[in-house]
Amino acid sequence: MGRYFAIRIGRAALTIVLVVTFAFVVLRLSGDPALMILGPEAPPEVLAAFRKAWGLDDPIWFQYLDYFHAIAKGELGRSMRDGRPAIELVLERIPATLALTLPAFVFKVALGVPAGIYAALHRGSAIDRAVMMTAVAGFTVPSFVLALILVLVFAVQLGWLPSGGQDSWRHAILPIATLSLGGAAVLARFTRSAMLEVLGQPYIRTASAKGVPWRKVVTSHALPNAAIPTVTILGFMVGTLIAGAVVVESVFAWPGVGRLLVVAVANRDLAVVQCILLLVAMTMVTSNLIVDFLYGFLDPRLRAKGAHA
Amino acid sequence: MSPLVSIRDLRVAFGGVPVLRGVDIILQEGEAVGLVGESGSGKSVTWLAALGLLPRHAQVSGSVRLDGRELLGAPASELDQVRGGRIAMIFQDPASALNPVLTIRRQLCEALILHRNLSGEAAKAEARRLLDVVGIPDAGRRLEAYPHEFSGGQVQRIMIAMALAGNPDLLIADEPTTALDATIQAQILELLSAIRREMNIAMVLISHDLGVVAENCDRVAVMYAGRIVEQAPSNQLFADPVHPYAQGLIGALPPLDGPRRRLTAIPGTVPDPAQMPDGCAFAPRCAMVAEACSVSAPSLARIADDRAVACIRAEASRCALLGIAAE
Repeated sequence: MGRYFAIRIGRAALTIVLVVTFAFVVLRLSGDPALMILGPEAPPEVLAAFRKAWGLDDPIWFQYLDYFHAIAKGELGRSMRDGRPAIELVLERIPATLALTLPAFVFKVALGVPAGIYAALHRGSAIDRAVMMTAVAGFTVPSFVLALILVLVFAVQLGWLPSGGQDSWRHAILPIATLSLGGAAVLARFTRSAMLEVLGQPYIRTASAKGVPWRKVVTSHALPNAAIPTVTILGFMVGTLIAGAVVVESVFAWPGVGRLLVVAVANRDLAVVQCILLLVAMTMVTSNLIVDFLYGFLDPRLRAKGAHA
Repeated sequence: MSPLVSIRDLRVAFGGVPVLRGVDIILQEGEAVGLVGESGSGKSVTWLAALGLLPRHAQVSGSVRLDGRELLGAPASELDQVRGGRIAMIFQDPASALNPVLTIRRQLCEALILHRNLSGEAAKAEARRLLDVVGIPDAGRRLEAYPHEFSGGQVQRIMIAMALAGNPDLLIADEPTTALDATIQAQILELLSAIRREMNIAMVLISHDLGVVAENCDRVAVMYAGRIVEQAPSNQLFADPVHPYAQGLIGALPPLDGPRRRLTAIPGTVPDPAQMPDGCAFAPRCAMVAEACSVSAPSLARIADDRAVACIRAEASRCALLGIAAE
């Protein structure tokens, strides 16, 4: 068991290092922050002074080591635009993002999981087909298209809801709906296929054959098994809580982490982008770790494997 | 004596394709009956249909009575009492027949709670006793283990313990040893017959292994393409099979004594259930086929007090058997 988790924690750390390295290299190779921030008309000596001030004229490997050295001391750099610590800029945006992604997560689970279970239990019925058609539509339509459709209907045509901004809770409804619908569709499909797979297993027939009422066969025999694959996709969704709303935030002009990321990338505001990516990598990796822990909890076979491995 | 179970003209079709085409079986209390036939001949489907365990889209008709009470179409609550409580079933592949995420204790106690009104410590004590009965060592500790921590043979023992938990009158063993090693097979079969004798449980042993059935059953029914083609006491069937298919099956067995001989195979394959021949389903493979065979499917006809066969030669066989008896 200990080794099972030690391996996973090691792998998680490695993932973070790789993400951070990749971001560092790509950002530095894809454009000059000095030009981006000061503009193409800036005099060369100003550009040079800017590069020197931010250490951009050092060799890339030197900058890289420097960066890790700073991280080790807990410093994530400053924004090149206003000189504020990057972490501050990012942290102050997080509540706005979570105000969208957390309720959306709850709706996804509350809609998607029961719909998937119901569809699986009534396979081939009209409701099953309706759920599946909605689900396919829900995850094939890109979120920006869905967002625009919602804006068109509820903001432009009906005039019930605002089309963007963050002034009241009513402004959050459309972005949350956009995020929820797509996620619920994915979850419904996933839960349905996990349930169908489990319901076809011999142990389900065994349970029925020993006289367990169908309702209990579903709740105490099928669901615990179907939970194992479903938890994977849930973990992935938890991982996107911080930066999973980039598109939606952009469409609805919602000042969250996603919008900050778009602006920072456009400006090559290195420290801010790196800070966000580090944060995203960490939430992803943490949620994956939690999923692994949950696997061990849900599936005794994995627990045993870990113990013997 | 009224029979424990009587199945009459049981028919099952999946999407309009018939897989069971009128099966009649009568079971007395405490009796052991073997059901043999190739895979797909309807051995398992017969009992899954009887217990209402087939998928919803299966069309089932006919009659299955337990102590005179009709099971087909019975309400779910009534069937749940019968399943596990009166008729228990064990399956072919023990490794996947137990729920992988629940402990053995939970799975055993579930049946005890449902059918014996036991709970808590009493249920646990009974579960431990059942594991002892089926020969799982260190039962008390092993109760908390999960299915994957047992070997295939042990899991089948646990399945048997679970089947016994409801004190059933009938145990359906659906190919209980097919997935196991030969040595383990013998142990499991021994356990089954010991339990049957001690607890006076009737048993249906579904198998494609004639030897297994001959050794463990009083009576054998041979199934072919969704029908019973011959029914007889085990010793008589093996000594003197009447139906050409039964003859073919027994001819394919290697003799234990006497000179070595080439084993005979039955030519051809089982007909596709969607395209059954008009008459006898075995006619296309039968060495003794006659014109009358393709006219209509012969029904199961009595040829002696305890024997029946579905063949146009049934009457001739009956006379021959009487002749043997008269000599």
